Amino acid sequence: MDRLELPGVTWRRVSPRLVWVELVGGAGFLVVVLAVGVVMVLLQVWIPVVVLGVLAAISIVNLALTPRRVRSIGYQLREDDLLFRRGIMWQRFVAVPYGRMQLVDINRGPIARGLGLSELKFVTAAAAAGVTIPGLPEAEAEELRDHLVSVAESRRAGL
Amino acid sequence: MSEPEISVPTAAPAAVPEVVARLTDGEWHRLHPATPLLKGGFALIVVLGYVVSNLRERLLGMFLPRFDDGGDPVDYVVSHGIILQVLGGVALLLVVLISGFYVSWRMHTFRITSEVVEVRSGILFRTNRKARLDRIQGINIVRPFISRLFGAAKLEISQAGNDANVHLSYLSSAAADDLRREILRRASGTRAAEKVAAAVTGSLIDRRVNELLAPELDPDAAPPESVVKIHLGRLFGSMFLGTGTVIAVLVVIGATIWISLSGDFFVLFFALPSIIGFGGYYARKFSQSLRYTIAGTPDGVRVGFGLFSTSNETLPPGRIHSIEVSQPLLWRPAGWWQIRVNRASHTSSRGSANQANTTILPVGNLADVTAVLALMLPDFIGGETGHFIESGMTSKGADGFTNSPRRAAWLRPFSWKRNGFAIVPGSLVLRKGAIWRRLIIVPQPRLQSVGLHQGPLLRRLRLASVHLHTVHGPITAELGAVDQGAALAFFAEVSDLAVLSGQADTSHRWRSGELPA
Repeated sequence: MDRLELPGVTWRRVSPRLVWVELVGGAGFLVVVLAVGVVMVLLQVWIPVVVLGVLAAISIVNLALTPRRVRSIGYQLREDDLLFRRGIMWQRFVAVPYGRMQLVDINRGPIARGLGLSELKFVTAAAAAGVTIPGLPEAEAEELRDHLVSVAESRRAGL
Repeated sequence: MSEPEISVPTAAPAAVPEVVARLTDGEWHRLHPATPLLKGGFALIVVLGYVVSNLRERLLGMFLPRFDDGGDPVDYVVSHGIILQVLGGVALLLVVLISGFYVSWRMHTFRITSEVVEVRSGILFRTNRKARLDRIQGINIVRPFISRLFGAAKLEISQAGNDANVHLSYLSSAAADDLRREILRRASGTRAAEKVAAAVTGSLIDRRVNELLAPELDPDAAPPESVVKIHLGRLFGSMFLGTGTVIAVLVVIGATIWISLSGDFFVLFFALPSIIGFGGYYARKFSQSLRYTIAGTPDGVRVGFGLFSTSNETLPPGRIHSIEVSQPLLWRPAGWWQIRVNRASHTSSRGSANQANTTILPVGNLADVTAVLALMLPDFIGGETGHFIESGMTSKGADGFTNSPRRAAWLRPFSWKRNGFAIVPGSLVLRKGAIWRRLIIVPQPRLQSVGLHQGPLLRRLRLASVHLHTVHGPITAELGAVDQGAALAFFAEVSDLAVLSGQADTSHRWRSGELPA
């Protein structure tokens, strides 16, 4: 049961600080679930308690796996295309030629901004296939954006 | 009804018909004078007439209570000597309405230059839309029945994106075909001059009759014969063996069971609306598919259909982002297939004419499918790879495709033998489904990106799924349960091909390679 691995690719990893962003998000969800669960216990409605318990267990496992999941995110700037991967259980690889770029977004959430991180979104004409690279240090994200725009310009393709 | 602002060309001009030369001179032009009527004038008149005739007594009672005794208003007007006032009021209303229509027609102008087509419209809220010619995704000429009587046609220039189309409605019907050809010629980047089109002759009535009876295909611009003919019987058969019928039958069975169990007949109250709904659905589908034609032109594939309201669209080369040949289960005994495509332009107004704009072939047999694909993918069919089509559609496996391994039977119990892909020059071919058979073809230059996915279940079986991302449409080009090694190789090769074919592609100026004739 070997994992999928593309030969001859050295991945650039995203910042490990992204773990904290993901952890805070996951923990927030967990707190909400627990709070609702406590209310349900007080009200003595047991079916929702079971459901919420399962949800809480899943989100705890999810939190525990966060560091590995963040480590699994990687990208590589090849000669003519951008290669991106993420996921451990559900692995996903995408290759996008630079010339297909329609626009690049940089987004910063409140927690990520506190940690100096940005999320870069590479949008093509295919709605389903946008590549989103989270957890890039701000300077790196802007540099990457400028690089992507310039290579997309020189390799422009039609729709 | 006055003639369009364009007079009939008397002498054949040098390059393009005079009408078109005038419309494409880069100056602002107005639309067909009947436009206001066609766009809403008729509806307004009909609605007003209906309201007035139905509510006459009530309206009179409301505004002029004196008539409650039922006297005739005309008598009243005459006997009180206020004819002038009443006539004046009516005339004023008409003048306001007509001048509104007239001004909106005056303000609605368009121009076509060698680079862009631009439309301005609106009286209070002005809009101005400008579209680049080399970004055209297709040009559709729609002729609703009433506008055909006036010799008018809608020209719809599709651009990529949601509701990004440029509408020129309405134009003179005869000019529309020539205008489309000229726009496409400019968009194609060709340097060859067009041949002279035959001048239209005859009286006004003759021309109207000719236009009404003429086939959708203009003999100058396309081979007169459509490559596919749909017989009436096949059209009926394909419709009644479709999913809609299955649903209808299920509904009828369900209703019958319900009635026999409960003894309630109130279900029948729902029957009438459903029958009307289904009837409308079939009637629309039927009249849309009647007189279906498809033919190749130098500027792309031309698809036409419709009996009373006709529509006829030219798709330039390289505007089709993926193609799906599929077979609903009930069609299999008859050997029928349908072809759908993904396109970059989406119209939100899915009227009777736009509905089918992703269905290129409503129904056809193997030969028809091959003929249509030959128009859309000339390199594919012409070369030695043509057999991929037939084996992709009907084969049970073991041929040129890279198929799923035996262990994929856990996930694809029926179709694993034929669940596979092939890389052919210019295109990527995915084949899937044993019960609902499907063949998906993605032209390489249209591929936006490629993805490779693997979840826990697939990993356990050493399988993976591959995704070919194209613009949004009815087709999702993905193939599950592919051998892991084969999927990796496919991913690597396709990501290279996507770059190469994207760079080599010149289809946005599809005839730029041609030399002057």
